[in-house]
Amino acid sequence: MRRLTKLSAVAAVAALALAGCGSSDSGGSDGGNKPAASKDVCKTAKGDGPKIGLAYDVGGRGDQSFNDSAYVGLKKAVEEFDATCVEGEAADGEAESAREDRLRNFAENGATTIIGVGFAYSDSVNKVAPDFPDVHFGVIDGFDPDKDVNKNVAYLGFAEEQGSFLVGVAAAEKSKSGTIGFVGGVHNDLIKKFEAGYTAGAKAAKPDIKVEVAYIQESDLKGFGDPAGGKAAATGEFDKGADVVYHAAGGSGSGVFDAAVDAGDGKWAIGVDSDQYLTATAAQKPHILTSMLKRVDTATYDFVKSVNDDKALTSYQVYDLKADGVGYATSGGFVDDIASDIDGYKAKIISGEIKVPTTP
Amino acid sequence: MNSVRLRRVGMALLAPAIAIVVSVLVTTIVIAAVGSSPGDFWSAMFSDPSPRLRVNIINQTAMIYTAAVAAAIGFRMGLFNIGIEGQYLMASFAAASFAGAAYLGGFLNVAVSIIIAVAVGAAWAGIAGILRTTRGVSEVISTIMLNAIAVTLVGYLVDRHGVHEGNSVHTKTIKSGSMVKGFTPYEPRDGQVWALSILAVLVGVGFWVLLNKTRFGFDLRASGQSQSAALASGVNPKRMIVIAMMLSGGVAGLVWLPALFGDAGSYGTSYQSQLGFLGIAVALLGRNRPLGMLFGAVLFAFLSAQSNTLTFGTDVSPSIVQITQGVAVLAVVVAYEVVRRWRTRLERRVVADEVPAATEATA
Repeated sequence: MRRLTKLSAVAAVAALALAGCGSSDSGGSDGGNKPAASKDVCKTAKGDGPKIGLAYDVGGRGDQSFNDSAYVGLKKAVEEFDATCVEGEAADGEAESAREDRLRNFAENGATTIIGVGFAYSDSVNKVAPDFPDVHFGVIDGFDPDKDVNKNVAYLGFAEEQGSFLVGVAAAEKSKSGTIGFVGGVHNDLIKKFEAGYTAGAKAAKPDIKVEVAYIQESDLKGFGDPAGGKAAATGEFDKGADVVYHAAGGSGSGVFDAAVDAGDGKWAIGVDSDQYLTATAAQKPHILTSMLKRVDTATYDFVKSVNDDKALTSYQVYDLKADGVGYATSGGFVDDIASDIDGYKAKIISGEIKVPTTP
Repeated sequence: MNSVRLRRVGMALLAPAIAIVVSVLVTTIVIAAVGSSPGDFWSAMFSDPSPRLRVNIINQTAMIYTAAVAAAIGFRMGLFNIGIEGQYLMASFAAASFAGAAYLGGFLNVAVSIIIAVAVGAAWAGIAGILRTTRGVSEVISTIMLNAIAVTLVGYLVDRHGVHEGNSVHTKTIKSGSMVKGFTPYEPRDGQVWALSILAVLVGVGFWVLLNKTRFGFDLRASGQSQSAALASGVNPKRMIVIAMMLSGGVAGLVWLPALFGDAGSYGTSYQSQLGFLGIAVALLGRNRPLGMLFGAVLFAFLSAQSNTLTFGTDVSPSIVQITQGVAVLAVVVAYEVVRRWRTRLERRVVADEVPAATEATA
């Protein structure tokens, strides 16, 4: 009897400990803002429009940034076109075959429009698309890895450097110290575009400005989910005299905002992808100067719309300033006094007078 | 006597059985607690896998199993090699770079690349072994740090010397003549069982032979059970530590090669990380025994592959599978200890019952 009690006690403790782990883990990555399962648009939608399959990148819905932006576009499309949808999410360190399997699952279950969020889906879409010629595929930030042209795939790319240029202008004009900072999540080609545009914008506004650059990780994707690392990197830049720090670090960005709060009055942070002023905490809000908007929602919505209109997008699509695919946020009103300057640069970029570099 | 032996076998199976029951229970409770249906979850998980998933399960099993053997080599000797992750990363990158450069053609290229992978994995693990023997640095700390260094180093190298394409970067793609594809059990679109998965079988058999049939294996097990006893019987502990670490790292070097030569063709976005940590978990689950780890690897590969089907028909997140896997590992460690104590007590009682009977008989 005593033995049985002991055994069940061990089991109960293990159960509690692990259940605790599980929930705290999901709570952490979801930021607590994830809508309850029953509110998901994909659970309730019952229309007879197109069926959409949306495959998220690592981090999934609830990252308040990249993936959430895709969901916003999905939701709009579902409501407007009476569509139905299914969602899938990449796990950290999953096999290439798991991504492929996710896409095939969508197609086999009747999805006619499938979107992979993130360039990591480029290879798997390239393998799956030829097997489903009637299904339309889109890859956010994607590219075609081989020379065979896929007629049913659209690569939805963004001119991140153009949006970053504009927030670079804002940073330089708001800076009193003459030094500004940039924090990248991972030192890859995509994030280097943000750095290049930001630096170019800042130099255009103030040629003698100094830009401190730091990346959280060289290649480990953890750099996009590491608020402590983001805070350390940003604090280092504030300590070096920067008074505005722009982050392109996904989920690590909240640490950058915290660093700005700790650095005190007159220190700013700039958000990325979504309008992060809207999701920031009350303490962070007074420090969020603006956000560089990357309209993944627009691209997602546009792609579904094109399929719904029987004019499915294919090949490379660029969402730049002209197409309103990138931009800057004005929430909080902190950049209202320099908005005309920023918009002046915007017009010059759109007209082609200013060419923004894509590599630092 | 027979009934005692039977009971012993029963008890050996009892611990994994308890572990599985506990992990099933905990998963069910977690799913119910968030308001989803555990019934839907289990019926989706244990539905017959589609042909495509069967192929994936075999491929994944091979890679996880290789990583588990790499971990087990260290564990058997009391070394906690957490660095498998970094070792197979360095090895995969080195092998992919060499094979992509196409200095050699055809199968010679593959063979030399495999040797390079083993050598690089062994060397990377050897650093931790040498630090331990010459400076007394715990291999737990050094291998974790070596993991971080490996990720940064490989990232830097691939960024500098790799092929940039779109937003991604990868090593030079291996020429098709040097790919080792595999065989296609179903339709072509269902994928291939990679030929180099055979490496996992060789590693498993080799591990068993090494442990049970060689002097080195005996030394390894002896050192694992008692350093001082091994020293007294003439085993050089420092030499054993370095060799065991390098052997563990060498096997780790093989982990991703089936995918590299079977499908990916380069080190880039299709590289699969985390296999090293899965391997450690499976080694714990399988108690470092060749067959036990095979069971563990199949279970983990099965759960991971099947989790994608949860997207349809259930509202359970595929991540829940990680809870099942985690609980299984934890429960198996606890269950073995509980069963071991139980068995000791039972044996003691059997002896206690027999001893008075024997003394009475002689009297």
